[in-house]
Order: sequence, then C-alpha cells, then structure tokens
Amino acid sequence: MTKLKPLPSLRGIAALSGIAMFAVLLLAVAPAVLSDHWLNNLGKYCCWAIAAVGIGLAWGRGGMLVMGQGVFFALGAYAMAMHLTLETAGDRVPGFMVLYDPLAPLPAFWEPFRSAGFTLAAIVVLPVVAAGILGYALFKRRVKGAYFAILTQALAVALATLISSTIRETGGDTGLSDFKFFFGFVLNDPANKVMVYLIAAALLIVCLLAVWQFYRSRFGELLVATRDAEERVRFLGYDPANIKLVAFVVSALMASIGGAMFVPIVGIITPAEIGAAASILMIAGVAFGGRASLFGPALGAMAVGWGQSSLGSTWPDGWTYILGLLFVVVILFLPSGLSSLPARFAAIRRRPAEQPTPPITAAELEEVRA
Amino acid sequence: MLTTNKRMRASVAIGAIGTTMALVLAGCGARAGDDTSTAGASAAASCVDTSGSTIKLGFLNSLTGGMAISEKTVSNVLHMAADEINTSGGILGKKIQYVQEDGATDWPTFAEKTEKLLTQDCVAAIFGGWTSSSRKAVKPVVEKLNGLFFYPVQYEGLESSPNIYYTGATTNQQIIPAMDFLASKGVKTLFLAGSDYVFPRTANAIIKLYAAKLGIKIVGEEYVPLDKDDWTSQVAKIVAAKPDFIFNTINGSSNVGFVKAYYDAGLTPAKTPIISVSIAEEEAPAMGHEVTGNYASWNYFQSLKTDTNPKFIQSWKAYPNSSGVTSDPMEAAYISLYLYKSLVEAAGSFDVNAVNAAAKSHTITFDAPEGKVTLDGKNHHISKPGHIGQINANNQFDIVWSSDKFIEPDPYLEAYDWFPADIRKQLVGAAG
Amino acid sequence: MDALISQLLNGSAQGALLLLAALGLSLTFGQMGVINMAHGEFLMLGAFTAYLVQQVIAASDLSIPVALPVAFVVAGLFGLLLEVTIIRWMYRRPLDTLLVTVGVSLILQQAALQIFPSQGVPVEKPSWLDGQLNVLGYEWPLRQLFTIVLASVCVAALSAWLKYTSFGRRIRATVHNRDLAETTGISTRTIDRLTFFVGSGLAGVAGVAASLIGGTNSQMGAQYIIPAFLVVAAGGIGQLKGTIIAAWAVGVALSCFAYWTTGSLAQVLAFILVIVFLQVRPQGLFTVRTRSLA
Repeated sequence: MTKLKPLPSLRGIAALSGIAMFAVLLLAVAPAVLSDHWLNNLGKYCCWAIAAVGIGLAWGRGGMLVMGQGVFFALGAYAMAMHLTLETAGDRVPGFMVLYDPLAPLPAFWEPFRSAGFTLAAIVVLPVVAAGILGYALFKRRVKGAYFAILTQALAVALATLISSTIRETGGDTGLSDFKFFFGFVLNDPANKVMVYLIAAALLIVCLLAVWQFYRSRFGELLVATRDAEERVRFLGYDPANIKLVAFVVSALMASIGGAMFVPIVGIITPAEIGAAASILMIAGVAFGGRASLFGPALGAMAVGWGQSSLGSTWPDGWTYILGLLFVVVILFLPSGLSSLPARFAAIRRRPAEQPTPPITAAELEEVRA
Repeated sequence: MLTTNKRMRASVAIGAIGTTMALVLAGCGARAGDDTSTAGASAAASCVDTSGSTIKLGFLNSLTGGMAISEKTVSNVLHMAADEINTSGGILGKKIQYVQEDGATDWPTFAEKTEKLLTQDCVAAIFGGWTSSSRKAVKPVVEKLNGLFFYPVQYEGLESSPNIYYTGATTNQQIIPAMDFLASKGVKTLFLAGSDYVFPRTANAIIKLYAAKLGIKIVGEEYVPLDKDDWTSQVAKIVAAKPDFIFNTINGSSNVGFVKAYYDAGLTPAKTPIISVSIAEEEAPAMGHEVTGNYASWNYFQSLKTDTNPKFIQSWKAYPNSSGVTSDPMEAAYISLYLYKSLVEAAGSFDVNAVNAAAKSHTITFDAPEGKVTLDGKNHHISKPGHIGQINANNQFDIVWSSDKFIEPDPYLEAYDWFPADIRKQLVGAAG
Repeated sequence: MDALISQLLNGSAQGALLLLAALGLSLTFGQMGVINMAHGEFLMLGAFTAYLVQQVIAASDLSIPVALPVAFVVAGLFGLLLEVTIIRWMYRRPLDTLLVTVGVSLILQQAALQIFPSQGVPVEKPSWLDGQLNVLGYEWPLRQLFTIVLASVCVAALSAWLKYTSFGRRIRATVHNRDLAETTGISTRTIDRLTFFVGSGLAGVAGVAASLIGGTNSQMGAQYIIPAFLVVAAGGIGQLKGTIIAAWAVGVALSCFAYWTTGSLAQVLAFILVIVFLQVRPQGLFTVRTRSLA
C-alpha cells in the first residue's frame, strides 16, 4: 500500500476537527435529542470508550494485549463508589456492613474516602502506582505477547474473586449501589444526571486529545516502533520497557477514569463489571472499531455498548451469537477494525487484480493513523 | 523521552475548559441540602398507558450468562401465567402485553433494564429477578421511579420496599422452619456450606443466631465462589468436623460439585444428611443419584397435595418450552402475576400508589398451588406454608415435615427475640 | 498431619484435572503458538459427550470407559474444524487467535445453553468408582485416584506418541524450528491439523473427568481456561514435564489454600502465586531450546 505523505498539519487539522465534531455531537447534540434513559446509556458507553481509548494506546499502538483492564477500571470505580456510599450513609456505617458484624467500625481503608479530594486523587494515583509496579515488573522481565495477556486476565479474575469474597469490606458480588449524592449533588435530579453525563463525555474528549498528542509525538513513534520491532528499538539505544511502561500506565489511568464515571452514571458497581468477561468486552469494542486508530477504540466501545443495550434486549440469545461472531469476523477479516474499511476499499479499487487478501502487516494497522 | 510541547498543553487546556463549561452549564440541579421532594417527583411521573385494550408488563430475567441456567424457567412460567390470564379475560379487562428483557446475569444490566422498562416501555409493573444481587440492583431504580417489582425467589429477608412485592419465602418461612425441623430431629452439630455471596452470608448469620438459641453447635462454615464447582477441600473439612447435619445455601451449578464431593468422600444421607434451600425439582436431576436421600426446605413441592396443584402441574407440562417439572421459584413467579392481577382489580387501577393502597386496605388472597396465600399489605410479603422434603430416586420430594399452619411473613424477624434489636434498627434505618 | 496428607492427595487429584485440561493447550500453544480460549468449551463438549453416551449405554460402569475415546474424537473433530476454518488463517498473528477463539467460546457456550437443559445434565459416576481407599488413615475417594490414573495414562500416551512415532518426531521437529522442518519435507500443515486434533481431543477427555467432579452445563468450561493457561505458562512452553509439575503444584496449592484459608481466597492466592512465579521466571519452569529469534 503506497503511503502518501500529506502535510502533518493537514492531518492534524483533520484529526482535530474530527475530535471537535465528536465533542459537539456528544456535548451539545446528544443532550438535546436523547431521552434521559438513552443519554444515561450514552454516558455509560462513554465510560467504556474512555477505557477503550487507553486500550487502543496500549494494544493498538503498543502491542500489549491488556486483557485485565478491569483491574484499573475497578480501582477508579470502587474509589468513587466508596466515596458515594459514604456520602449517602453520612455518619453511619453503610447498611450492608451492619449484618455481618454490627458492632465493628468502618474498615480502615474506607475512612480516607470520606474526603472528596482524596477520592479524586486516588482515582488518578492508584492506577498509576498499580500499573507502574506491575508494568515495571513485567516489562523489565520482558514478559510479553500471550503471557502478558493471560497474566493481566488472571489478575482481573483474581481481583473480581477477591472483591466477591470480601462481602463486608466491599459489598461482595452484590457490589455497591444506591448512591444518593454525587459530590453534594442529588443524583435523582435529572439535571444532575445530565451534568454527570457531560463530565463523562468531556473526559472522553480530553482522553482523545491526549492520545492524539501522544500519537504524533516522538513517544508515539517509539511506541509503534517497539510494537513492531522491540529488539531493534533496544539496539537503537532505547529501553522498550520504559516506553511500554508509559503507555501501560496511561491506559490504566484512562480505565480508572472510565470506571470512576461509570459509578454515578450507572448507579452500581459489581465485581462482574471488572472480571474476565467485562475485560474481554472492553477489548471487543477496540478490535471492532480499529485498535490502532484514533477514533476506532472509542467508537467501537460505544457500538458494542449500544449493541448490548438494544440488540441484547430485543434478541438476547442472538446478541451473544452476534458478539461471538463479531470477534471472529472482525479479527479474521478486518484486524484493523471498521475504521480501516475506507482505506481498504480504496486499496481494492486501486488493485483489483490482486485477489487473495494479503497478510496483514504492521504498516497496514497504521492505515488510519491520525 | 516524553516530549511535552505547547500543543499538548493547549489541548489539555481545551479539555479542561470544556469540562468546566459542562459543569457550569449543568450545575443547576439540586444539591444535597435542597428540598429534594420536588426534584425526584419530575422523574417519577408515570407514562403507563391504560387507555387501550392491553396493558404492558415487563418481564426481567437472565436469559444469557451464568444465571440463565436457573432463570430461564422462571421466565417461561411467567409467560405461561400471562397466557392463562389473557385467556381468562386479562387484568381489568385488559390483555397483558409483556416486554421481555434480558438481565444477562449482570446486576447493572438489571438496573438499566428496569429503568428502560419503566421509562421507555412504560410498563405498569416488572416481574422477575432471581439472585438477591439482581433484586438489590433493581430496588433503587424502582424506588426512584416509583415502579413496581415482583420478586419470586426465596431470599435472606431483612428488606422491604414500598415498590417491591416478594412472593418467595423470607427467612422465617424457609430458614427458620428448616432449623425447627433440625431441632425436632435432635440435631446437635451443624456445618454451614454456601456460595460466596449475599444470600448465604446473610442466611448463615441468621442461622448462627437461631442455632445459639436452639442449642445447636455450628462446627464449621465454608464458602466457595458461585462459579466454582470444586468443593473437595471444603468437604474434607466437613468430614473432619463430623457434623450431624449440613445446612446448604449453595446456589447454581456449584451444588452439583458439592454433592459429588460429598458422595465421593463417603458422606451419606443416613449419617450426615444435607438440608438445602436452593435445590428443587429443577436442580436435582442435574446432580444424579448422589443427591438422593437429602432434604430441602421450601414452601412448594411438585408432590404437594392441594386442590390447585394438579392443574398447575398439568398446564406447565403442556406448555411449550416446559422442563416438565414444577418447583418453588416457578410457583412463586406464577403467584406473582396472579397476585398483581388481584391487587389491580382490588384497586380498580394500574396506578402504583392505588395498588399499594389496595394492598393495605384489602385482604388480597390467591389460591396458589401451595395453598391459599394472603398478602401482608405492610411488608409486601405473602403467607406461606413451610415444608421439608426428602429427595427420592425420581428427583421428586417426599414431604417429611410441614409447619402446622401458614407462616406469616416477618422479614425483619420482629417476632423473634433472639434476633438483636440493634441490628434490626440499623438495617431498617439503612433501608429508609 | 492428617489434614496435610488429605490435602496433598486431594491437591494431586485437582492437579491431575488441571493437567488434563492443560495438556492439550500445552500442545497447541507450544507447537503452534495458538492461544485457544475455546479450549474450555471443548472440555464442555467432552462432558456433554459423556452425558450423551450415557443416554445410549445406560450402565454407567460401561458408559464412562466408552465415553473417554468418544469424547476425545468429538472434541478433536471440533478442534479440527476450528483449525481448518479459522485458525489456519491466523498463524502470523498468534495474539489475535486469542480473541478469535474468545468469540468461538461465546458461541459454543450459548449454543450449549440452548441445546441442553439449561440447568445442566447429570453424568452418573460408574459404581466401581464408589468408595474410598485408605491411605495412611485418610479415606481417599476412588474418583480422585481415577482422575490421577487418567491423567497419567494421557501423559504417557502423549509422550510415547511424541517420542516414538514418526508423527511425534515431526511435531517435535516443527516445535524446534518450523522453517527448517518445512525445508526437510515435513508438511507442517498436516502436522498443525493433527496437533490441533489431538490437543482438542485431550480437552474432551478432561471434560469426561470434569463431569464426574462438577456440573455438566454451558458454563463449566469457563472455570478451567485461565488456570489451565497459567499452568501451561508456568510449566514452560512446549514442555510436558514442566506442565506436569506446574499442574501438580497449582493443584496442591489450590487445595491447601482452600483448606487452610477459604474457598474464595484460595483462587486469589493460587493465581497470585503463579503470577509472581512468572515474574521471577518468565520463561516458565523449563524452556525448549529453539533456534528461532523470538
């Protein structure tokens, strides 16, 4: 595939105007045209999209198949949920804790989450520290590929099981729910629900802008180079571990932010939202949209979320088959996702003679690079 | 390595400004200190359409995912009840038009679908759910939107809501009869085995309190995650503890693993019987002969001899998608739709407040397959008979013990002095 | 002391089941680099096959021995089908096979839920597995012994096959250096298909063993897949002895943790143990010498 080299500024303008259009759609058009129910659902998809943007960075650009983003989603979500639970409970111990041990005080690790400032800081700091330690340990030991994928998935399963089994401390399998307030705002008020939605949508736009900057920076180039030829990057004098670590930490941060916003929008967080199946569903959206493209992961995650809400309700059995087929068909025939379709059609038109689909090269993944 | 440049700072700034703007634009909602009664009311305006010849009801069960194993039958029996009611003239002359939703074994999905059913489909009431977690996810939503939810499965009690009707057993209708049965058999030591989630944990907390009163010693308490079948290590502990009886609050497929490990370890119903609260006619066949001879505590068994039971069994056997056997949760789901019909007809309206008022002012009864049940208008539970059945070789239950009368529902165990008043007070406070 | 013996024996049986589940994975992952997330569903197919065989041969004394080879062939054929239709296109993208097979596993699970009674089906244990064997005062269930014997037979058969048959030699040659094997005239395509057939078939055998321990239903495969992969990773790719030791260690760890802590915590601790081990020794217990630059 011949690669034209348009002026970077032109590309930049195209990407920026894309983001701007997306922002207008999400922040202005959607609240005006959608019902409360669907706006809230869109908010939920935005949370998954935020996590998906991070997965796009780590997996699409960095080649790290992060199958355990649920872990970081959980850190943000549970930090937020603990704060909102305490805000609702006031001075009392949350209701679900009472039965198992009526006299015991609030677990010590809950106490700091009374503070709004601490909670917000935790949503940012916890995933960065956790991903930092985990990433450092794994990348320095050159754990990669399938090993990395399975390990991260195992972590998500372990965390979900741990939360399920610590019922008094975390709410267990039932999770945390029934939040009345969001940093002083009454959550039942539709106007406040719109506000929460807008925060999530705005955060998604911020994340898109951030990765757009990442991708066009020198770091972005190094990350892609590491994905495609880690050894060569090493020979060039860079430490691939550090490059991967930064991408991994940023993707963890995004998952955490998505998780944190998920809580006030959906009103409940449970271990099932962070376990193996949930983590894989996050990957599904990214694969569907286009893992290495700028908008692909976010749009893919939103499409999968929408499919789950709408097809899942009209045709529940069918939805599971569709989701399964989606994985098979997209990965098999369209590894760079739906966002690569225009470029592929263009390529087919240019080379009609070439019948069999050529194997997907790394360069092709970059087809839709912003 | 990370090159922060001006552009990056600029774009982050744009984002920050956007977020702030969003906050300012929308920051007109109610705050914590405001009078929230008006804020909530705008969302609660009902959109139920009662003008036509049909009435929309929502059915919400997991049709996919892990819990579909159990919930599919409840969903099917709801369809059967709806068909029956429609054939006999509907509710207030209106045919039921149901909207089926899939909870997908995911509690947030239960919450989302509840909201969808109430605000998008405008259903008059929702029926379904299975796990306590799904009910706890639905509860805040129906309370916020002032909807109605009919929950058909036995549960751990300690809950009541103006927006939920419970047609399954609460603790004093299933757990406490089971303990009374054990006491009558002279049981001295008991082992608690459960899945690791809210129902077994809460049920066991109550069992421990009552056991202390009855003088039964708890010699062990074990939990295994819902999605794990392997119980061998835990069963080794049971063997070592040598209890007179095992109280089983395991749910789902994990029960199969438990019963097999129990049988493998040489434990037998003759020496160390199990009493379960989640194994019914539906579940027993999947366990094979290893489960035969053990006990279960329910309010309904297929083998129950009442006037109405044969018709229920017959209709179900003739129904498409039928599994051929009837069970307690199915029967409770069947009751829930008929109970709603009686409530609406007593109220003369589908309005939620009118229905709740009718529950208080009228005596609502239904000739259920388990016998004539009466609704308690205050706590929204129904009276039920307590039965203990022993599993026979045909995976049916031989009834070996029954309560002498229908047991009035008492979700907060107010009539039981062994239940600490301070816990009750805190729980009622937390619920309200 | 009694508890330790009981948990060592119990853990060995748990390890044997894990080994059966991991054996096929070790083959397909080690040989072809394919990460088959539908392996758990092949295990489920084996369990359902055991049920179906029992519908034909009612006497469970006989039906389980018959079910073992039948389950091997059924699961193997499904594996072959998967290889021929999907996996063969993906050898250049091993990481993507993971995602494709996730899709396949979703489809198989849902299909099983709709075809069979949703509560699952019973698989009756043969009467010759009733009872216990007294080992140093501990009453050891015969069924656990059976799992260990079955796993040993499978391991012995597999290693003999790999070592003494010409197919086995070709497989080993392909593992060591695929390109070189191809230049010497080995049809790596045939080898791949056969390996996938055998690997998936072993999952079917594991499924029969699993059906005697837990429930046979659409969800059963999901609980084996991650532990099995961890076992393969910890054992070292393409290394039978590594897989055996890792499976046994994980089984005993799970069993002991479950006995001395709680059933839930055991899962968490065992996973963390393996993750920490892999951090210390990313290549697993044993590594295969290969000439290719990985």
